[in-house]
Amino acid sequence: MIKLSNINMNYKGKQILEDINLEIKTGEIMVIIGPSGSGKSTLLRLIVGLLKPTSGEIYIDGQEITQLSETELNQIRLRMGMVFQYSALFDSMTVGDNVAFGLRQHTKMTEDEIAKVVSRKLRMVGLFGKEDTMPNELSGGMKKRVSLARAIAVNPEIVLYDEPTAGLDPIMSGKIDRLITSTRRIMGVTSVVVTHHMSSAFNIADRIAMIYGGKIIELGTVEEFKQSKNPIVQQFIHGEKTPGLLARRRGKTEC
Amino acid sequence: MLVRYLEKIGHSMIAGFENCGRVMMLVWDTYKLLSKPNIKHVLYQMSHLGVDSLPIVMLTILFTGMVMTVQISHEFIKYGAQSSVGGVIAIAMGRELAPVLTGVVAAGRVGAAITAEIGSMKVTEQIDALRVMAINPVAYLVVPRVLACMLMLPVLVIFADVIGTIGGYLVATLHSGIGSFTFIQSIKVFAVINDVIGGLIKSVAFGGIIAMVGCYKGLNAPDGAEGVGKATTGSVVSSIILIFISNYFLSLLLYR
Repeated sequence: MIKLSNINMNYKGKQILEDINLEIKTGEIMVIIGPSGSGKSTLLRLIVGLLKPTSGEIYIDGQEITQLSETELNQIRLRMGMVFQYSALFDSMTVGDNVAFGLRQHTKMTEDEIAKVVSRKLRMVGLFGKEDTMPNELSGGMKKRVSLARAIAVNPEIVLYDEPTAGLDPIMSGKIDRLITSTRRIMGVTSVVVTHHMSSAFNIADRIAMIYGGKIIELGTVEEFKQSKNPIVQQFIHGEKTPGLLARRRGKTEC
Repeated sequence: MLVRYLEKIGHSMIAGFENCGRVMMLVWDTYKLLSKPNIKHVLYQMSHLGVDSLPIVMLTILFTGMVMTVQISHEFIKYGAQSSVGGVIAIAMGRELAPVLTGVVAAGRVGAAITAEIGSMKVTEQIDALRVMAINPVAYLVVPRVLACMLMLPVLVIFADVIGTIGGYLVATLHSGIGSFTFIQSIKVFAVINDVIGGLIKSVAFGGIIAMVGCYKGLNAPDGAEGVGKATTGSVVSSIILIFISNYFLSLLLYR
């Protein structure tokens, strides 16, 4: 289980996250939505320890991680995988080497065993036989899928997705959504997905948390979310202009 | 007005100290990991950063040796000191020209390549991906490059010593009319092995400087293509300045 307790995050004098409290259950798909710049990706980076919060605690299966050293954090990270917004594939390596990277670094598997795992993971994401392809020869959607194969190669317990469908066409977005749910079904992983695609969120989420202005303003199941009376949530779902929301956003910018 | 001016000075001083602190932390982290390098990565970097730099280093030093001989042989012959030309060229090559020029060429070629590569990895989140995969970026990226530069720069300098002196020999014998025996005898009389060893010790330090500065600038490159470009330029400039400054102190230490 992932638990964020009273998380505050300041960066260059600006408050990015304010008093965030969130619990993500084991095996759950938690989708975090919110407008651009609302602090969603920051939240993901805090969970994986790439950033340290200004205050507050983060627990991974009961272990508080904000005070850990980089070496101690690495032990926690071995149980995590992350799909980056721009895939972050190692561009000097082939697809196969990218997927095999974690296995080569952290296991004593032979090259034959690694090749089998790589092949299996690539088949899972629909890229069987692409081992020798270079990342720059792949489309955006294929890169995301390789990134997912790399993230799940070491059988993590938690997978974090940073905007997995950003910049993809609806068909490819649907494919990625199905991969996220099938990864959870096959591997039983806990998933935290940051997105601003409402259709994706509704397709895959067990629960949705909406961040607005650095705060969680709504948290609930897909149905609860759809029924929300919060005008900001409704505007985000329907993509309509709400005068009150615009005024509030303007006021926040002026502050 | 005065307050704003003082604030500006204060801000740049704080930024300077912050940078120094970050560099020292990176040096310390690298030092701690130097004893357990990934040999495969070190060998790859030795080939990539060292062997591939050989042609440009040889070309630079060959012509430097040749032009230096053109300049000094005319003056030395005028004062009847043609028997010293070979020795002067060999000592200058061994002590200063070969290590410093190799360092400068390597800073331009190797330092820039290191910063550009690590900088673009940083802005495309590949460094973050390494950290998420529980890989220490210093162990994976910095240590092999630092070791490769510290090991390969002396090798390049040995080649540079030989090629630079050969360049001088060719000009002295074919252009300035100094006999082959005189030139070689002069080297035997004046130059000692410590001239070369001192240069090699310097080059180890220069290799460390080039790689550390290159990696530091890459790991701290600002976002975007412009940021990587700025970091790369900064890396070359800083490396060259540090090479010249450290060269002075190393010369005082080694040849006093």
